[in-house]
Amino acid sequence: MSEKKPILMQGNEACAKGALAAGVRFFAGYPITPSSEIAEILSEELPKVGGRFIQMEDEIASMAAVIGASLTGSKAMTATSGPGMSLKSENLGYASMAEVPCVIVDVQRVGPSTGGPTAPSQGDIMQARWGTHGDHPIIALAPNSVKETYEVTIKAFNLSERFRTPVILLLDEVIGHMREKVVLPDQESIEIINRKKPTVPPEEYFPYEPDEDGVPKMASYGEGYRFHVTGLTHDKTGFPNLSPGNTDYVIRRLHEKIEKNIDEILMVEEYFMDDAELAVFAYGSPSRSSLSAVRKAREEGIKVGLIRPITIWPFPAETVKKAAQKVSKIIVPEMNLGQLLGEVERYAKSDAEVIGLNRVDGELITPQEVVDKIKEVL
Amino acid sequence: MQELLDKYFRKDKLPHIWCPGCGHGITLGAVVRAIDKVGLDPIKTTVVSGIGCSSRAPGYMKFDTLHTTHGRALAFATGVKHAKPELNVIVLTGDGDAAAIGGNHLIHAARRNIDITTVLFNNSIYGMTGGQYSPLTPTGKLATTAPYGNIDQAFDICKLAIAAGATYVARGTVYNTTQLIGLISKGIQNKGFSLIEVITHCPTVYGRRNKMGTAVDMMKWQKENTVNVKAAEKMTEEQLKGKILVGELYSDTRPEYTEQYTKIIERLQKEGQQ
Repeated sequence: MSEKKPILMQGNEACAKGALAAGVRFFAGYPITPSSEIAEILSEELPKVGGRFIQMEDEIASMAAVIGASLTGSKAMTATSGPGMSLKSENLGYASMAEVPCVIVDVQRVGPSTGGPTAPSQGDIMQARWGTHGDHPIIALAPNSVKETYEVTIKAFNLSERFRTPVILLLDEVIGHMREKVVLPDQESIEIINRKKPTVPPEEYFPYEPDEDGVPKMASYGEGYRFHVTGLTHDKTGFPNLSPGNTDYVIRRLHEKIEKNIDEILMVEEYFMDDAELAVFAYGSPSRSSLSAVRKAREEGIKVGLIRPITIWPFPAETVKKAAQKVSKIIVPEMNLGQLLGEVERYAKSDAEVIGLNRVDGELITPQEVVDKIKEVL
Repeated sequence: MQELLDKYFRKDKLPHIWCPGCGHGITLGAVVRAIDKVGLDPIKTTVVSGIGCSSRAPGYMKFDTLHTTHGRALAFATGVKHAKPELNVIVLTGDGDAAAIGGNHLIHAARRNIDITTVLFNNSIYGMTGGQYSPLTPTGKLATTAPYGNIDQAFDICKLAIAAGATYVARGTVYNTTQLIGLISKGIQNKGFSLIEVITHCPTVYGRRNKMGTAVDMMKWQKENTVNVKAAEKMTEEQLKGKILVGELYSDTRPEYTEQYTKIIERLQKEGQQ
């Protein structure tokens, strides 16, 4: 086997390349720093593979176009940053309700509002969870390197297709703009999941009748199924049914298809947790500093471990519960004022003390800051 | 009639939700007759709508149908058309949906000249929410949110579509369905963005509040207050005062968006093979 040559790649580029490897064939977007490279690269690459790019008039329209494209059978995505996420939230809820697979990349920057376009942040963690109105499930993933951005982008498409749901990829300005040496896998070695298609004749097809795994089969427009899609509460036929019984059933089913299959969705890495008395819980950019800090502390004989969720939503509750029974304290470094810390506290309960390490100045959390925190709480 | 119902309607979804006397049923009838007249393949036709009374129409139609969010029908439809250009895409929308919250999407769909036929059901009011004024409510009219009379200036949505780049723009009424069917048919046949504004009536929350009489009176109003654009050429400014022009207002040929994109794909794939 010939050795593959490493290449220098930017995070946003890895995201675009990962999307192509996953089979993306449609991108609709609107320019916004620090995500624009994803749109630029896909505008160049998509037509080469027969795919289609469009720059829409705004973020609302791009999210709408992505859903329209996905309904024709295309794997579709959009990319943006916080201000654009605010606008995409409207139709993100539609994708959730109408069960239309799509991937939304949010390269986080400092907010609120226009904030700091070129500075990293993790301020959109709760927006990713609850940005659109109503009780909806969501999957959100946060890689911490260029290589992982490539892999997790593929995973995002796979999960969106597998569960007929929007998946949010949470990068941050540092992950998006950083360049690292990567060796990309061969296309043949990549696992690709496509949505389940109906095999029954059109008159027997119910677009929202779930299989045992909670996920309905999805026809494409133009294939003869002539089905109806709406954002209104609907029954298995796809037509509005606002009865209390059906409303309850639909909203619970949307959640259950994620919760019941959580093992397929959760990605969490643990480092040095076997004998740990203290844990650091970190994701995205701060997890890199945290791993470095944990290694340094270990050299000094401190029994500290790292929990690094790549899947942010659904939240890895069981991992935290288990860890909290083992360690006395959990440090949560975040580039926000403690958005995921609240979730860690919720599952650690009184078993472990949860301590934040927070920066909202658009600067990275350094390994030394994490080391200092570890020593401070020992 | 029965044949059209069998062929194009989800009969189990009827009767429709529109009020007695509403003009939307006539408009939907005209849309379906135009589809039939042009001979679109029902399997290759997607009907998209936003939110409002008009936007419930696709639910009754036996096509692939997409009932989207308020104002966004054209943005969803752009995704459908661009991703699968072989589909015929028809958007059914209203005056609030297309001219207020969806105004920007209308401008840009027209600018791109993407091959979507938009039928705008203009009943001058937000019907589904109970009678608030829209950007197409005439000045002076009463609405639940204009209890002292509307001081907004209504805009001419056809002029807007022409200025933005639509290649077929027409206006008809539910009074004159023969003309309306012809206008929608030509809109469907146009290879590019088409807008057909349909003057329809809402006797329930617009006509009643503004003392415009019954549904039949409101249709007579349409007859008496519209002038065919061809007849208007021979009329004086004085004669045309207060009249609404109907008929084919604009027709042109410009490159269509998805065809242009397909050319890029074909060129790149050819280069890739060399």
